[in-house]
Amino acid sequence: MAYRVIGGSQPRADAWEKVRGRPIYAGDLDVAGMLHGRIVRSPHASARVVRIDTAEARSLPGVVAVLTHADVPQNSLRMELPGRMAEATAGAVLATQPVLAEGRVRFQGEPVVAIAAETPEIAAGAAERVHVEYEPVPGVYDAHEAMKPGAPHVHDGGNLLRAWHIRKGDAADGFRGADVIVERTYRTPFVDHLYLETESGIGWIDAEGVLVLRVSTQVLEHFRDVAEVLRLPHGRVRLEGAYLGGGFGGKEDVTVECLLGLLVWKTRRPVRLVFSREESFIGHGKRHPYVLRYKTGATRSGDLVALEANLISDSGAYAALSPWVLLYSLVTATGPYRVPNVTIDAVTVYTNNPVASAYRTFGSIQTCIAYEGQMDAVAQALGMDPLALRERNFLRKGDSIATGQVLESEPMLAETMRRAWEALGPVREGEGPTRVSRGLAASITPYGRMCWTRDSASAWVGMELDGTAVVRCAAPDVGGGQTSSLCSITAEVLGLPVEQVAAVGRDSHFTPRAGTTTATRQLLMSGNAVLKAAREVRRHLVDQAGEMLEAAPEDIELAAGRAFVRGAADRGVAFAALVRAATAAGRPVQVLDKYDAPSAPTIDPDTGQGKPFNDYTFGTQAVEVEVDEETGRTRVTKLAACYDVGQAINRQSAEGQIEGGAVQGLGHALLEEVVLEEGLSRNPHLLDYKIPTTLDAPEIVTIMLESGQGLGPFGAKGIGEPAMTPTPAAVMNAVSRAAGAPLTQFPLTAERVLAAVKNPSHLP
Amino acid sequence: MIPLDFTLNGRGCRAEAPAHWTVLDLLRDGLALTGTKDGCGEGVCGTCTVLLDGEPVRACLILAARLRGRTLITVEGLEQDGEPGALQATFARAGAVQCGFCTPGMLLSARALLAANPSPTEREVREALAGNLCRCTGYAKIIEAVLAAAGGR
Repeated sequence: MAYRVIGGSQPRADAWEKVRGRPIYAGDLDVAGMLHGRIVRSPHASARVVRIDTAEARSLPGVVAVLTHADVPQNSLRMELPGRMAEATAGAVLATQPVLAEGRVRFQGEPVVAIAAETPEIAAGAAERVHVEYEPVPGVYDAHEAMKPGAPHVHDGGNLLRAWHIRKGDAADGFRGADVIVERTYRTPFVDHLYLETESGIGWIDAEGVLVLRVSTQVLEHFRDVAEVLRLPHGRVRLEGAYLGGGFGGKEDVTVECLLGLLVWKTRRPVRLVFSREESFIGHGKRHPYVLRYKTGATRSGDLVALEANLISDSGAYAALSPWVLLYSLVTATGPYRVPNVTIDAVTVYTNNPVASAYRTFGSIQTCIAYEGQMDAVAQALGMDPLALRERNFLRKGDSIATGQVLESEPMLAETMRRAWEALGPVREGEGPTRVSRGLAASITPYGRMCWTRDSASAWVGMELDGTAVVRCAAPDVGGGQTSSLCSITAEVLGLPVEQVAAVGRDSHFTPRAGTTTATRQLLMSGNAVLKAAREVRRHLVDQAGEMLEAAPEDIELAAGRAFVRGAADRGVAFAALVRAATAAGRPVQVLDKYDAPSAPTIDPDTGQGKPFNDYTFGTQAVEVEVDEETGRTRVTKLAACYDVGQAINRQSAEGQIEGGAVQGLGHALLEEVVLEEGLSRNPHLLDYKIPTTLDAPEIVTIMLESGQGLGPFGAKGIGEPAMTPTPAAVMNAVSRAAGAPLTQFPLTAERVLAAVKNPSHLP
Repeated sequence: MIPLDFTLNGRGCRAEAPAHWTVLDLLRDGLALTGTKDGCGEGVCGTCTVLLDGEPVRACLILAARLRGRTLITVEGLEQDGEPGALQATFARAGAVQCGFCTPGMLLSARALLAANPSPTEREVREALAGNLCRCTGYAKIIEAVLAAAGGR
């Protein structure tokens, strides 16, 4: 199918504004009479709050408010999604975080006092004059320890937050038929999102008495959380979305929203609240650390016959989205492979570590490390080529994943693997102490929400009298080109140049609700909603044109802002005239429509069987690494990625997602870890927490297959999160091969790599 | 308050700043030029990169008082006759911009590089931009854009 706009590489409209430094981000706005917010946070990971004395802070000139838990009408941050979530969390101890700590702090950085003052300096001075008396109480700082009898309880009710299970076939029987069994344990750390824009926002009360918050958020629906906290009707709180300076899941949970709303509501003045980098490090959710114990069985000929996996995730001090992150791990734990007999037990537990929650791939990156580590290990044990082993076991159309869900389209895994591997080019030899090696990882990542959430998105598409089009859709743009994609879809359907489509406003109350920019769902959801609305507008335009041009509607074509009779381009009418005529004739050329994702019941709580997600994105990444055998220093020199993206909407944007995801994944592989001692961060600064720079980023080759089989517009699949899933695993496999010993603990620091090089071991 | 006379984006600028303000404070809070971003406040992330007498510096690490008599260029000064300059245009066309938060600092580091070295190698581009973090793009299209701008494309 030939498209005019879809699949092209036109620059995004927001790029032209962004290169001029023009967009007003959430922390950029200045409002007359604005106060400056400041949060006093717990320096302890586990303590009782004995007393909070705010008198001295309040007496400082220029201080307008010093608020504690006693000032919060409903002191609880709810993390509720619509759909059958209550049903799906039955039995879980869902500990919600208070807005401001009350009697107890459970992690370093937990907000205790909120301040508003005339200047940032006065707010900082007031923070120093708040006296909080803490009495440290024993905490627990390791998920495994937290599950032992007698471990300190983070919350009443015990430390187990949620368990999920899969029982498919008979694992014990499967292992009896295995010729080789490989057992390994993989460990991953807390990782920071490290978006360059810290959590930020500004709020005020408008002329109708509505609390308006302009916030850097992936979730405009958080207006509800603010309303609940302030005990206001939901309609009295409005969230206005700004362009985000990055999100990656870290701006999915509430960040500044409730604290900011509280300060504005109590002071009745505009307030700006911007977290410092250090606050961002200690104050927001991280990627969950996992311990993944895997036991894989295969026959001599290379058929996987059984998997037994045990996953433990550290949720940190509160529940946040941990049960759902763990569910993604559960569903992806067998990887893109056919495994007939599966037993998986997965738990997420409370500790007094930082809160862990959503982070790009949402639990899929940790399992990829384990299942792809196992594939190389099994191949080695069998003396088989690791690519041949994968190809033999890859999921095909009609196969079922671990939950029993049958794949309805062809995952094209073998092709993604072959293409990525070949793209690394001719093999190089190492020189001197440098060893050169390669590795790869294939992956499965869901796009779109869990089926039982009954996800939906709305959008409005309309023609203006000048013949241009407008899209209204409350889909936050985190920087991935979400807004631009909606313009491309509309332009394609209506036959307009993309620059004649404007997507205006991302606002909880003034634009149709499209849900969260998370879960790689926005192209699927808002994209399909816009597609439906645009097609309906098109239908009315074509009908009007048929009448005006005395032709059948099916003979009308729309292109370049004109309607004309197919095969007779001179018999046409420009959109401006067409829209005026349609309006005069009373035809609706402005349409509100809604897309509902297919839904399914919750999975079985004991066996995990069912249909958890509507579809998945599959792909492979391959890397070439250089390992210095004298220092352990590792460099990724080349990375090739191949995915079936279904259909690229904007080729350049899709490539950008893959390149960016891969380099973020390289950070996970080699550099990044939030270093904790008894729950206290030892590196909450960019000087000590390193992410990849231009000198770390390798040459990247991106290959996109376009099967047209996705559920998104024009057959697109989601790529935002899948772009990152396989990178750490691919690097691990390459480095392990170079070292001659398996590396299983992340990040793969020089020390760990050197230790592996010095103690080469080979599997039996 | 310290009175300051300096050249900002090619025009004379007279401003006042409290003694403790950094160049970043002055730009964002004093002059409402919010194109220069604050990503860490401690000189590491590079989002506040500006050109001081042609040299790329971290606006968060330099006191505003030191601007007196000097020449400052920010992202707002990169336009030519109200249109995006050549470097800005190649960033937009190459897909070098995603969330846009690193973009102003990247552009200024790249501009300093190209002023000193009109035909850099890829390695030289990587070295010149190593102090500007980006979390979205993986840098590939940023490097491509700078090389394209150098090649006059």
